[in-house]
Amino acid sequence: MSYAIVAASIIWVFVFMYAILGSIDFGTGFWAMVFGYNKKHKVADIANLYLSPTWKVTNVFLVLLAVALVNFFPRATYLLGSILVVPVCLALILLLIRSAFMVYSHSVRRHSRTLTLVSGITGLLIPGLLISILPVTLGGFVTVEDGVPILELTRLFTSPTEYAHLAFGLTTELFLSALFLADYSREAGDESAYYTLRHLAITFGPTTFALAIMTTLVMAPEAQWIVERFRELWVWFALSAAAFVIGLSALWWRRPDGKIGYPRVAVIAVVIQYALASYAYGRAHLPYLVYPYLTIEEGVVNPAMFRSLIISYAVCTAILVPVFILFWRLFLKDKRYLKPE
Amino acid sequence: MDTVDLARALFGSSMAFHIIFSTLGVGIPAMIVVAELLYHVKKDSDYSLMAQRWTRGLAILLGVAIPSGTIVGVMLTLLWPGFMEYVGEVIALPFQIELWAFFLEALFLSIYVYAADRLPPVMRIVSVAFVAFGAVASAVLITDAHSWMNTPRGFSVVNDQITDVNPLAAVFNPSVWTTTNHVVTSAYMTGAFTIASVAAYKMLSRRLSEREFAYHGKGLFMSLLIGGVMAVLTAVDGHSTAQMLHHHQPEKLAGAEGLFETTAYAPLVIFGTVDPEIQGVRGGLELPWALSFLATNRFSGVVRGLNEFPPENWPPLYIHTLFDTMVMIGSILIVMGFVPLAYRMWFKKPYPRWMTMALVTAGPLSMLGIETGWIFSCTGRQPWTIYHVQRTAEAATRAGGLGALLVMFVSIYVILLVTTAVVMRHYFNRHPVGPELTQDGSVSSR
Ligand code: HDD
Ligand code: HEM
Ligand code: HEM
Repeated sequence: MSYAIVAASIIWVFVFMYAILGSIDFGTGFWAMVFGYNKKHKVADIANLYLSPTWKVTNVFLVLLAVALVNFFPRATYLLGSILVVPVCLALILLLIRSAFMVYSHSVRRHSRTLTLVSGITGLLIPGLLISILPVTLGGFVTVEDGVPILELTRLFTSPTEYAHLAFGLTTELFLSALFLADYSREAGDESAYYTLRHLAITFGPTTFALAIMTTLVMAPEAQWIVERFRELWVWFALSAAAFVIGLSALWWRRPDGKIGYPRVAVIAVVIQYALASYAYGRAHLPYLVYPYLTIEEGVVNPAMFRSLIISYAVCTAILVPVFILFWRLFLKDKRYLKPE
Repeated sequence: MDTVDLARALFGSSMAFHIIFSTLGVGIPAMIVVAELLYHVKKDSDYSLMAQRWTRGLAILLGVAIPSGTIVGVMLTLLWPGFMEYVGEVIALPFQIELWAFFLEALFLSIYVYAADRLPPVMRIVSVAFVAFGAVASAVLITDAHSWMNTPRGFSVVNDQITDVNPLAAVFNPSVWTTTNHVVTSAYMTGAFTIASVAAYKMLSRRLSEREFAYHGKGLFMSLLIGGVMAVLTAVDGHSTAQMLHHHQPEKLAGAEGLFETTAYAPLVIFGTVDPEIQGVRGGLELPWALSFLATNRFSGVVRGLNEFPPENWPPLYIHTLFDTMVMIGSILIVMGFVPLAYRMWFKKPYPRWMTMALVTAGPLSMLGIETGWIFSCTGRQPWTIYHVQRTAEAATRAGGLGALLVMFVSIYVILLVTTAVVMRHYFNRHPVGPELTQDGSVSSR
C-alpha cells in the first residue's frame, strides 16, 4: 500500500469517528433543549448526564481530524484552505457560541432556558454546515481564477444537492443521538425516557435513510462520476442497508423480561451501517481529495514526516487507551453515576 | 485592507482572544493542584474548598478556551495555507502530539469534576495533576511550533521544494527551551496573580466575616508566593530569551530597542517612540550600556543595529512599546509578589487597604503582559512568518470575503468576553463562600 492510501485511511477513520461522536454530541444538546421545557420527561437529565463529561473529549476529535488532515496532506492545505474559509468559519462561530452557552447554562440557573436554547439551536446547525464540505469536494462548485481557487458560494447555496446534504446531516444527527440516548437511558434504568427516545429514533431512522438515497439522486451534474462509482460498489451499500434494517428492527425485539427492544444491538448495527456506507463512499471518492483538482498522491506528506507521524500516533494512542477505558467505565457504565440514589 | 492584512487582523485578534482563556487554562489547574496538596499536608479544609471553587471557575473558562482554541487551530489552515504546508512537512509533530495532551486534559478534567467522589482520594490529586500536566504540555508543544517559526531548522529548500526533512531537528530547534520556559513560567505567574486579584478584591469588602477574611487571606498568601517566585523566573528566562534574539533574530532585538547603529556599550531606552528620522528613540529614558549587558552579559558587547539590515526586512517599530510594556509589567509584578509577603512576615499584620487595592490589579496586569509579549513576538517577526524562509504574504490565503468574517468574529469575541465575566460574577455571587466554610477550617468529609 502506498503512503497516500494509508494516510487517506487514517483520515477516513477520524472522519468516521467524528461523524458519529459529533452527531451524538450536537444532537444530544438539541434534545436537552427540546425536553428541557418538559418536566414530565427525564430526557433532558439523561442528555445532560451524557453531555457534561463528554463534550470536551468529543471536541478534541474534531481538532484531531483537522490537524491530521493538514499533517498527512500538507500539500492540500492551499486548495482546501482557500475554498473552505467561509463555510468552516461559520461553523466555527457556531461552535464557539454553542460550547460557551452550554457551559454558561450550567452555571446560571435563572436564565438557563435562554442559554440552553441558544446552545441547542447553534449545535443543531453545526453538523449540517460541516457536511456541506462533501458536495464541495465532489466538484462543480470550485473555479480557479488567476491560480486562486474560489468557492462559488451563491451557486452552492442555491443548489438542491447542498440542501439534500444539509438535511441528511441534520436528520443523521437527530437519529444517532436519539438512538444512542435510548440505549444510555436503558443503561440508566429510565424506561420512560427510553420509550420517548426510542420513538424519536424510529421516526428519524427511516427519514435519514430516505434522505441518503435522495442525496445521491440530486447530486450535481459535475458529481455524476461518484454516482457511477457508487453503482460499482453496490454490494457495500446493500450490506449497509441490511445493517440498518437489523438495527431498526432490534428496537422491536421483545426481551425475556417483557421490555421492548435491544437498543444496544441497534446502536451497534447502526454504527456498522454508517461504517459500511462511509467506507464505500470513501472508496468511491478516491483518488480525489477535491475533484478534479487534487488527488491524495499529490497532497501527501514526505516519507520522513510520514514515519514520525505514524510512530507518534501509535505511541500516543497506546498511552491513552487505558484512560479512555477508565473514562468509559466511569461515565457510561457506572451505576452510581447513571442512577444516583 | 488587502487580504493579507485582513488575515493578519483576523488571526491576531483570534489569538489574542484565545490566549486569555488558554493562559488561565494552564495557570489555574496548577494552582488547584497546589491547593489539593496543601489540603493533604495541612489538613485544612479551606484549601480543599479553594480547589473546588477554582475548579468551578475553570469549568466556565474552559467552555470558551476549548472552542476558541479549535477556532485558531482550524484558522491556521484556512488563513495561512502556505505556512501550514511547511508545518505539515516539517513541524507536524508538536501539533500532533498536542492532541494527546488535549485528550489527557479533557478526560481527566471530567474525571476530576464528575467522578472524584467515586474514586479513592489519591485519584483526585492524580486526576487534577493530569489536567495540569495536559494543559502545560499543550502550551509547551504549541510554543515549540512558535519557536520553530523564529528559528526554523530541520529542512532545506531546493528549487522551492522542501527536502532533507528531519522532524526531530525541527522540534528541538535552538530557541525551544528558552521560549517554552518563558511561556510556562509567565502562565503560572498569571494564573497565580489572577487568583490573587480575586482574593484581594474580596478582602476589600467590609461585610466579610472573620472566617471569610481568613479564607481569602490564605488564598492570597499562597498565590502571591507562587506568583512572586514565577515572576522572578519569568524575568530570568525573559533575559535568556532576549539573548536568544541577539543570536538568532538581531533585527527583532534592534527593533525592540530602537537601536539603529551597530555598537558596543549600547544603551537601553525605556519607552519613548522609535523614530527612523533621528535614528533613535524620541523621549525615552536612557540606561547607558544596559542593552549590551542584557544581550551579551558584558557592557562592551556589540549589539547589531537596524541599519545592518535592509529596511524591507525591518519589523514594525512600534514593537518597542510592546516590549517595554511587557518588561515594565514584569518588574512591577516582582514587587507586587514580594513586598506584601515581606510586610506580612515582618509586621505580622493584615495588609493595609491601599496594598490590597493595588493587588487587585495584579491579574489584569499579568494578562496585559501576556498579550503584549505575544503580540511583540509575532509582530516582531514580520515581515516573515517563518524567519528568513517564508514571508507573511506568501503564507497567506488569497481567498476573498475575509472582511465580513473579521467583523463577525471580533463581535463574537467582545460579546463572549463580557458574557463570561457576567456569568462568572453571577455564579460566584449566587454561591458565596460563606455558607460553604466549615467553622474552624478543620477537616470535614466532603
Ligand atoms: C506577563 C507575562 C510576561 C512578563 C512579565 C515578561 N514576559 Fe517576556 N514574553 C511573554 C510574557 C511575559 C510571553 C507572552 O509569554 C512571550 C510571547 C512569546 C513568548 O515566547 O513568550 C514573551 C516574549 C518575550 C520575548 C520575545 C521572544 C520571541 O520573540 O520569541 C523576549 C525577548 C522577552 N519576552 C523578554 C522578557 C523580559 C526581559 C522580561 C523581563 C521581566 C519579560 N519578558 C517579562
Ligand atoms: C497558534 C497557536 C495555538 C493553536 C493552534 C491552539 C490550538 C488549540 C486548540 C485546538 C484547543 C482546543 C483543544 C480541545 O478541543 O480541547 C486549544 C485549547 C487550549 N490551548 Fe491553545 N492553541 C494555540 C495557542 C496556545 C498557547 C500559546 C497556549 C498556552 C500558553 C495555549 C494553551 C491552550 C490551553 C491550556 C487550552 C485548553 C486545553 C483543553 O482544555 O483541552 N494555546 N488550543
Ligand atoms: C497565543 C498567543 C499569540 C498571540 C496573541 C499572537 C498574535 C499574533 C498576531 C497579532 C499576529 C499578526 C502579526 C502581524 O501581522 O503583525 C500573529 C500572526 C501569526 N502568528 Fe501569532 N500569536 C500568538 C501565538 C502564536 C503561536 C503559538 C503560533 C504558532 C504556532 C502563532 C503563529 C502565527 C502565525 C502563523 C501568524 C501569521 C503569519 C504572520 O503574521 O507571521 N502565533 N500572531
